[in-house]
Amino acid sequence: MVAAMWIRSTMAYRASFVLTTFGNFAATGLDFVAIMLMFSRVDALGGYALPEVAFLYGLSSVSFGLADLAIGSMDRLGHRVRDGTLDTLLVRPAPVLAQVAADRFGLRRLGRVTQGVLVLGYALVTVDIDWTAARLLLMPVMLLSGAVIFCAVFVAGAAFQFVAQDAAEVSNAFTYGGTTLLQYPPTLFARELVRGVTFVLPLAFVNWLPAAYVLGRPYPLRLPAWMAFTPPLVAVVCAAAAGTAWRAGLRSYRSTGS
Amino acid sequence: MTGVDTAFIEVDRVEKVFEVRRKTGLLKRERRQVRAVDALSFTVARGEMVGYIGPNGAGKSTTIKMLTGILTPSGGRLRVAGIDPSRERTRLAHRIGVVFGQRTTLWWDLPLIDSYRLMHRMYRIPDARYRENLDRCVELLELDGLLDVPVRQLSLGQRMRGDIAAALLHDPEVLYLDEPTIGLDVVSKARVRGFLRELNAERGTTVLLTTHDLQDIEQLCSRVMVIDHGRLMYDGPLAGLHEAGESERTLVVDLERELPPIEVPAPARVVRVQGPRQWVAFPASQSAAPLVARIAAVCPLVDLSVREPDIEAVIAKMYAEKATA
Repeated sequence: MVAAMWIRSTMAYRASFVLTTFGNFAATGLDFVAIMLMFSRVDALGGYALPEVAFLYGLSSVSFGLADLAIGSMDRLGHRVRDGTLDTLLVRPAPVLAQVAADRFGLRRLGRVTQGVLVLGYALVTVDIDWTAARLLLMPVMLLSGAVIFCAVFVAGAAFQFVAQDAAEVSNAFTYGGTTLLQYPPTLFARELVRGVTFVLPLAFVNWLPAAYVLGRPYPLRLPAWMAFTPPLVAVVCAAAAGTAWRAGLRSYRSTGS
Repeated sequence: MTGVDTAFIEVDRVEKVFEVRRKTGLLKRERRQVRAVDALSFTVARGEMVGYIGPNGAGKSTTIKMLTGILTPSGGRLRVAGIDPSRERTRLAHRIGVVFGQRTTLWWDLPLIDSYRLMHRMYRIPDARYRENLDRCVELLELDGLLDVPVRQLSLGQRMRGDIAAALLHDPEVLYLDEPTIGLDVVSKARVRGFLRELNAERGTTVLLTTHDLQDIEQLCSRVMVIDHGRLMYDGPLAGLHEAGESERTLVVDLERELPPIEVPAPARVVRVQGPRQWVAFPASQSAAPLVARIAAVCPLVDLSVREPDIEAVIAKMYAEKATA
């Protein structure tokens, strides 16, 4: 029902919808083109061949795309906080988080997911994986946990906007920036950075760790083998932390003067 | 009456403090605390229709926002229908309706009827109830031809009526209206007021209304509360407010020709003469009729009009009195 309304709302501006969906698809597609261009010069990036990088890229893009599709409109929260239109959401008997997420259902964001799925498909066909039951099972678990982790980052970023009001770019650095980081092999980055995205902002659990297991690669930071199966746990912890931050943010909401 | 009925809305020594940061240097910032609402206490009984007035920045909207759960009070106790608004905001939402005059709660890009359908789902209104309430609102607020029009294409008056209908589909027990007639023309104002009167009389809906328009209060509310600087200055009938503020109405009379100031019985007095036009001030609590009759008897009268005192003037007078007392 609500989804149908989003679609109708979007279709009120049909041309814009078609253009932005296509634009989204093309813009994200260019990311991968950039990687392919690099590979026309080198054979491996941080020890990863093109199909393996495509694997990382696809996982990160799909996870992120799903999160972005669900609650990517969180970055509009800053506007709503500043112009006071958040008030109207607060007097309705539905969770504000859901309402903000549903605010502008980003159908156009389908472009990103589609592109991620295509790259992931290409990777699965070309990369040489020794499929076991555990590895097969890890695939959907990894994508889902990854999406939840990104959602948590979106929500935490939104919660921060209650305080900062106009900090969409700060949280974008972690969401959009994070997904770009994950599209490259961990071996490319400094140890400190890898440590940061493992233990502080646990983005490494979206794809680096579990993908290393699936690909039979050495783990970044020499972590123990069972760590590859922790993403669901990490996702739950992240979601809980983000939820707490969100509630704190909502309580400190000050509305506007009228 | 039970306790909840006599104190359906209960505000007990509530305060709201905002921290304002001001830039004083390149990076230095000065923190200052602003008390938007200061030790405010009042109760509203079920079925009452109360006007809540005060100058800009007095704390009206802040109060309403605390009563709806949008803002969390810094101190004090607040209950609406026995519910603590900021703790159980969504539970309260089913029992209250809110209309913000300045911004719409409707979906901007969708036809009006779609917004109502979404409300239907969101508030889980039983189908029969929804249809009945919608029909009633459409009829009384004259929304007939507007249901298929996207909200962004509605005029201000149409949108306001659409907003009021949206706030009432789930049969709220309390209706908060924040400046419901702001920017409306005379006809739309009359329509909105008529509807609210009927709603209160028929359904017993408790109404709390903030406004700048004294006529809203005069025509709708038996009780008025005045707030300024976050404190309750007055709580009682509107007539009493005029007495407390010694506010005056002004009778403007146009005579056939220039005449010396008309002799009128005290406390009425002529305050200004300009050519054939004269201004006569008289207490707002009195009727204008005897005065008009009196003037008509002694002077050749061409035309006349009565000017109401505005809220700011009334409140200013109340202040002046408190200062001298």
